[in-house]
Amino acid sequence: MTALDAPAAAGAAVRPPRFESARRFARAFLRRRSGIAGLAVLAAFTVLALVAPLFIGPDQLDVTRVNGPLLASPSAHYPLGTDQAGRSVLLMLIYGSRESLRVGVIATLLTLVIGSGIGIVAGHYGGLVGRLLMHLTDWFIALPGMPLAISLAAVLGQGETSITIAIAVTSWTGTARLIRAQTLAVEARPFVERARALGAGHGQIMQRQVLPNVMPLILVSSTLTIAGAMLSEATLTFLGLGDPTSVTWGEMLNQAFFNGAFTADAWWYILPPGLAILLVVLGFTLVGRAVETVLDPRMQERP
Amino acid sequence: MTVSSVAPGADGVGADAVEAEPVPPPGPGPATAAGRRAPRLPWPGYLGTKLVGAVVSFFVVLVIGFVLFNLMPADPVRTMTRGRPVSPEQMAQLRVQLGLNRPVWARFLSYLNDTVHGNLGYSWQYQQSVGSLVMSRLGPTLLLMGTSFLISVVLGLWLGMRSGWRAGSLFDRLTSGTALALWSVPTFWLGMILLIVFSVGIGPVSGILPAGGMSDPTLSQTGMVHYLDVARHLILPAVTLVLVAYAQYVTIMRSSIIEQLGSPYLLTARAKGLSDAAVRRKHAAPNALLPSMTMIFMQLGLLVSGAVTVETVYSWPGLGYLTYEALKIPDLPLLQGTFIVFSASVIIMNLLADLLYRVLDPRVRAT
Repeated sequence: MTALDAPAAAGAAVRPPRFESARRFARAFLRRRSGIAGLAVLAAFTVLALVAPLFIGPDQLDVTRVNGPLLASPSAHYPLGTDQAGRSVLLMLIYGSRESLRVGVIATLLTLVIGSGIGIVAGHYGGLVGRLLMHLTDWFIALPGMPLAISLAAVLGQGETSITIAIAVTSWTGTARLIRAQTLAVEARPFVERARALGAGHGQIMQRQVLPNVMPLILVSSTLTIAGAMLSEATLTFLGLGDPTSVTWGEMLNQAFFNGAFTADAWWYILPPGLAILLVVLGFTLVGRAVETVLDPRMQERP
Repeated sequence: MTVSSVAPGADGVGADAVEAEPVPPPGPGPATAAGRRAPRLPWPGYLGTKLVGAVVSFFVVLVIGFVLFNLMPADPVRTMTRGRPVSPEQMAQLRVQLGLNRPVWARFLSYLNDTVHGNLGYSWQYQQSVGSLVMSRLGPTLLLMGTSFLISVVLGLWLGMRSGWRAGSLFDRLTSGTALALWSVPTFWLGMILLIVFSVGIGPVSGILPAGGMSDPTLSQTGMVHYLDVARHLILPAVTLVLVAYAQYVTIMRSSIIEQLGSPYLLTARAKGLSDAAVRRKHAAPNALLPSMTMIFMQLGLLVSGAVTVETVYSWPGLGYLTYEALKIPDLPLLQGTFIVFSASVIIMNLLADLLYRVLDPRVRAT
């Protein structure tokens, strides 16, 4: 590649086309204010989640070790008040971002693996296999997600793992449909025919030709998937399917609602976790929509 | 681009969730080789295809329910007797009583037979049949979901139509921004906030609406007083569900209207001298409504999800609250019952949407 292009470029820095398009994408993205706002929110929460263990430890989070006032309203020492066990709500909020984000990200990865796996296979094998897989996807789309996720998580038992699995099992369908459509488009292009003519097998075409070409789409859809996954995580945890000893935003709201903070009018315990969920979900949604707009040529002419 | 002629493999490329061709719950696809131009099936054939599709979907639900609740739990007897002193002999006897010693296929067949005959098992927690429990909770859920569905569809379609027609205007940006923010709010948290503001009260201002339940037990349970009381209890849960659900419909209708914007028939209507409002209402809206209605019914599952959390927050005595009560134990037969009933109702609504689409589509009515 470089050998062929080098004489023409004569001295100027030769950039592989892939990075050139990435730069163009970044420039277009930076022009969208809502996308940047979303990115800033996400960056702030990620940094908080990463540095949280440096200054928050079991001393502040373990119910048996804390000795603050119970359900106290905000004060200088506790900027967001305390919960029913005397823990600082602010510290719980910061620490909670870790598990909430982690479950959201892992569930999304699992969703993308299942969804794009099924999508690529369904798109590649057009015949009976593809039709069956698409029917399977349609059946899952028709199922109401929340009752299925609740049932699955309840059967698997309380905890982060079963919530992650429940989210992935109920949310891969959108990705599968999207990736299948894209696979069909990629497979119609000449370089796939060329690979096939050169003797590439099914596995090789799916891995070496289709996967790299649908990857950008998978990544784009991931931002919107994370938003949904984090909402589902909060909901399932709120309903009591999470690990009661862990500190997450959903768990905080669960304890606030079912353990008396609610009747005590403890708004400082109820507002912050919900606002945090709202901000992060909104952040992912804004970024996802901005990326979608930048990549979709049809949307560019539209206001 | 009609629902009945979506062949597997004929989807738009890179279609996003909103613009993707809605695909009905599958049945044997009527069009394969002929693709999009396939002639429409006559009514009986169409009805048959859709019915078969719905039945197959329901069968899949039953299979999932069986795997989930009868095969996956390691030992239902242990779950049932958790925390109680039970001897191994008693547990063995309980297993025989529940039929757990029979082969899987025999259990599946009797499970199918039971479910189809409306026998959904026996709740561990309430010690009564799941069928009667579910039936007694169906009414409140239908009331709550029906009310919120109607309000949010009307509100969402209207806002979506107005904002799509003037895409990019201040009104559009406000509407879309609000819809986006409300979509990002966790439903249960929104419910909690409304509950605090309107029922518990903030500071010196006391609440004006009831905190939960469906009626005040101290009032008479019949007549006008009762209806007004139920309506008062319905306000907060319904408003919560509407706020969460209407955003979806705004998005759907907005993009559907935008699809129509450049159409030649709108130009014709304007050339005839019709006012802008008349073009929007009489020409653009009906054409944008068709695909929107299908999408709206396809997304009923979201309303069901919202109902589970909203009913939990407001202790509304419906199926969603029953699901919550079942998962606390966890009461597997009861969970299975609510899962099957929720899924069945979504399948039925999708079937109705397919039939409705066919009735409403003027291209079919004309022939």
